[in-house]
Amino acid sequence: MNLAKLALRVNGRLEQREVDPRTSLLDLLREHLALTGSKKGCDHGQCGACTVLVNGRRINACLTLAVMHEGDEIETIESFAEGGALHPLQAAFVDHDGFQCGYCTPGQICSAMGMLQEWRAGMPSQVTQDLGQTEIALSAEEIRERMSGNLCRCAAYPNIVKAIAEVAERGA
Amino acid sequence: MRAFAYTRATDVAAAAVAGHDGGRFIGGGTNLLDLMKLQVETPAHLVDVNHLGTDGIEPFEGGLRIGAAVRNSDLAAHKVVRERYQVLSRALLSGASAQLRNKATTAGNLLQRTRCYYFYDTAKPCNKRDPGAGCAALDGFNRVHAILGGSAHCIATHPSDMAVAMRVLDARVETTARVIPIDEIYALPGATPHIENTLAPGELITSVLLPPPPSGRQIYRKVRDRASYAFALVSAAAVIDISGGKIRDARFAFGGVAPMPWRNEAAEALLRDAPANDATAETFCDALLAEAVGHGGNDFKFSLLRRTIKAVLTQAAT
Repeated sequence: MNLAKLALRVNGRLEQREVDPRTSLLDLLREHLALTGSKKGCDHGQCGACTVLVNGRRINACLTLAVMHEGDEIETIESFAEGGALHPLQAAFVDHDGFQCGYCTPGQICSAMGMLQEWRAGMPSQVTQDLGQTEIALSAEEIRERMSGNLCRCAAYPNIVKAIAEVAERGA
Repeated sequence: MRAFAYTRATDVAAAAVAGHDGGRFIGGGTNLLDLMKLQVETPAHLVDVNHLGTDGIEPFEGGLRIGAAVRNSDLAAHKVVRERYQVLSRALLSGASAQLRNKATTAGNLLQRTRCYYFYDTAKPCNKRDPGAGCAALDGFNRVHAILGGSAHCIATHPSDMAVAMRVLDARVETTARVIPIDEIYALPGATPHIENTLAPGELITSVLLPPPPSGRQIYRKVRDRASYAFALVSAAAVIDISGGKIRDARFAFGGVAPMPWRNEAAEALLRDAPANDATAETFCDALLAEAVGHGGNDFKFSLLRRTIKAVLTQAAT
């Protein structure tokens, strides 16, 4: 088997590995770096449980090859809490009961992080009425649309929306 | 997934050479890798075309040149696209999820493959996947399939929203070899549904060119099973110029109904100078659907398409 050399930063740490080119970014994180917070739900980009931030943007880690991320900066759910203190998004998910089984939660929180950055940057969504506007009110409808790539089979959606809305309002 | 060699190309010329030698281009990879996991796609060599400097959007002849590697999310949010090509922004935002749009590229979106479930299921016959094997969709569950442009060998649809908007905007596709109208990159299935485009081996899409937008109201309307994150059953991209209750000019392109973003300019001519009402819409639909074929499960698309067109025309007139 031909292995490919790979160097990238994961949660601020330089990681160097030799991997089979078939290795997805998700498998690199989970199987090679023991970062099992990112979950493998469908492995086909349909559920969002594997959502991580690459160079600050949210993507599905299951639908990208590790070797395509040479030199990239990856952030996973493991980077969110600092010194034992929960990140505001994590705390809000706990406060609002934004989960039941918790399997989709790391993906939801990474996705919410990326989503809030997109929203602050003025990026529109399908439900944005006026495309000319860059100061978009983050209504529940906007949150639902922008988070539609993350499924929750426990259907904790109402509380996920509340948790994210609270963090957005506080500007965390 | 079958084993493959991976190369990160650093310039367009090197990528084209690697492609000519049998390499398969990979951009966002959100469709190709999905198909590779299922062994529907089994390329021996992947050529990464994400680092060729084709990720810019710039003014071009009064319109825009959109780099092949521009991400769908960036294109949808681009200031000029939001101001002048709203139908494109709307189409992009209606497709996939935010995570996928952050990865998916302009060229990859154009060349994405059908979501026909028999194409995805390697236990079922599919002429697209395995030429000559037969088509399980013709007599199977064909609710999502084509009513226009299909053949006795394949009735798969092209799944893109973006390409439908680009077709109504008269986009052209720039490759390493030529510049061609967007419809000319697609091949209808006929007897060879495994051939989906007219690109030669190693011919790499480098950009999409948009002319200045035609005058009129731009609308993208997508009908699907869920409010978000689902492919179109029927979608319509339209640019409609109405004044005094009369249609001065109207262009329509459709998704979810054909193997390529569909447009019928002869039918559009019937709209010119006609009153903006349901009767005009019916005349247009009659011409549009004259050669449409239903397969049982997708018969509802005839009436769904008619209603979608009426809704778009009503929206444009108000």
